[in-house]
Amino acid sequence: MAAPLDTPAPKSVRRDWIPHVVIAIGIFITAFPLWVAFVASTLSNPEIAQAPMPLLPGNQAGANYGEALLQGGRSGRILTPPVWEMMLNSTVMALSIAVGKIIISILSAYAVVFFRFPFRMAFFWMIFITLMLPVEVRIVPTIQVITNLNMMNTYAGLTIPLIASATATLLFRQFFLTIPDELVEAAKIDGAGPMKFFRDVVLPLSVTNIAALFVILFLYGWNQYLWPLLIGTDARMQTIVIGMSKMIDSAGGPTDWNMVMATAILALLPPVLVVILMQRWFVKGLVETEK
Amino acid sequence: MERKVVFPQKLLPYLLLAPQIAITLVFFFWPAGQAIWMSTLLQDPLGFSVQFVGLENFQAVLQDPAYLATMQRTFLFSFGVTALSMIPALLLAVMADRVVRGATAYKTILVIPYAIAPAVAGALWLFLFQPSIGTIAYPLRLIGIDWNPRIDGTDAMIVVLIASAWKQIGYNFLFFLAGLQSIPKSLIEAAAIDGAREIRRFWTIVFPLLSPTTFFLLVVNLTYAFFDTFGVIHAVTQGGPGKSTEVLIYKAWYDGLIAQDLGRSSAQAVILMFIVIGLTVIQFRYIERKVHY
Repeated sequence: MAAPLDTPAPKSVRRDWIPHVVIAIGIFITAFPLWVAFVASTLSNPEIAQAPMPLLPGNQAGANYGEALLQGGRSGRILTPPVWEMMLNSTVMALSIAVGKIIISILSAYAVVFFRFPFRMAFFWMIFITLMLPVEVRIVPTIQVITNLNMMNTYAGLTIPLIASATATLLFRQFFLTIPDELVEAAKIDGAGPMKFFRDVVLPLSVTNIAALFVILFLYGWNQYLWPLLIGTDARMQTIVIGMSKMIDSAGGPTDWNMVMATAILALLPPVLVVILMQRWFVKGLVETEK
Repeated sequence: MERKVVFPQKLLPYLLLAPQIAITLVFFFWPAGQAIWMSTLLQDPLGFSVQFVGLENFQAVLQDPAYLATMQRTFLFSFGVTALSMIPALLLAVMADRVVRGATAYKTILVIPYAIAPAVAGALWLFLFQPSIGTIAYPLRLIGIDWNPRIDGTDAMIVVLIASAWKQIGYNFLFFLAGLQSIPKSLIEAAAIDGAREIRRFWTIVFPLLSPTTFFLLVVNLTYAFFDTFGVIHAVTQGGPGKSTEVLIYKAWYDGLIAQDLGRSSAQAVILMFIVIGLTVIQFRYIERKVHY
């Protein structure tokens, strides 16, 4: 009988509560700002202004979210567009970027791995080097290019320049290198061309990688800030994240905090839901894209 | 690594690569080249004449006390965010590693802020710290701390630091926990049998074994703090009050688009390019990864 050995030492029994307390504090710090934002989004502005603000939801949720979604918020004299329009812009942006990046990366990785042709590695390095050229290091000239191409304030301008992806190409290349040669040989013997092999073998094998990438890239697209700030200068092209930040009066004037917080909740809900519902792929995506 | 068996087509691979290469050339290489070229030009304020000045813009930028102050501030801010997000994450991971039940649920909750846009995270914390009404600012005022991030530079810095770090804790937690779970339990048990105390066990065995994870996270978090916190700063403080929360990216954006000083802002862009190249090289050369070239 090994039972006596399994009995924990008294000391560890005494200290068993420590991890739970520390984690509880961590969860509190994580959740507290979200809870307060949610509560504020259900209060009227006078209720928020009476310090200390209540910490239980009020009864203005319907009114606040209705007003934000259908009419938009206000900062000084500037009116932001209705939040549903901005959410639509963000959705178009996030989905186009995620899908676009996946398509062009999987195609380039397929070309680089399954063919031999002149300048193959030169092209691969060109894609790799984009890692070192984020928007932040080429702000002014990029705007000139977008203006010359008449892509300012268009969905094309908001999305196409962002769909080049070194990370996704590297990930697919890495995965393609693990596909056994026998599969390729069998396909060739069967007379299957490269595109048939791609559709019938490579694509089905890549499904989990695609799902994992999709979660990461959806967050990336939805949470973009500098790019839509530069390219979507027109109010009707605004994303919800930009719109929310414009509702905060940085001059120190009065801010409709219930509107800002309702918009903030609407801005964070889609990516948070994607992460929670697609948890497994999200973690896989995080680990794979960073390795 | 190369495949042995490949397809014979000659034209097809170029077609497959075309979309990505086209975007890369038009939106990455061309503007980056322009940025480098513009950094060597001096334009008069009215835009009538342009003159080639070599490295003079760089000289001007690197001798500008305001730029150097921003650079110093950026480094302090970046290391602050990194420390403030990694240390609590490590502590939480060590604790979660000991808990048998509930670890998955903890992961789900702790990682939520990572999904939130930096600007939105900034707005949440700005609201908590809003003078007179904020849920955190209010008790601070009660105990006599005159808190106002709109006026006080230090207060503003604290808000953007906390908001930026808060967003990353869950991410760091995930990687630390994975690192901890990959350490063979037998190693730690052996040390326990040898009589090493828990804290000593952590510093002599666990922490050294975690060092690849720690180094990797250090680079990732510094990169994040350097580049991705633009949204926090733009939404929360606009670099102010004064210049007290202005970081390098914010300054490059401001000088280029608002102040329209093309030569100097391009010189700043090129300096940033060197910083990204440095960080990327470190990431790929010194971090143990599955990718080999």
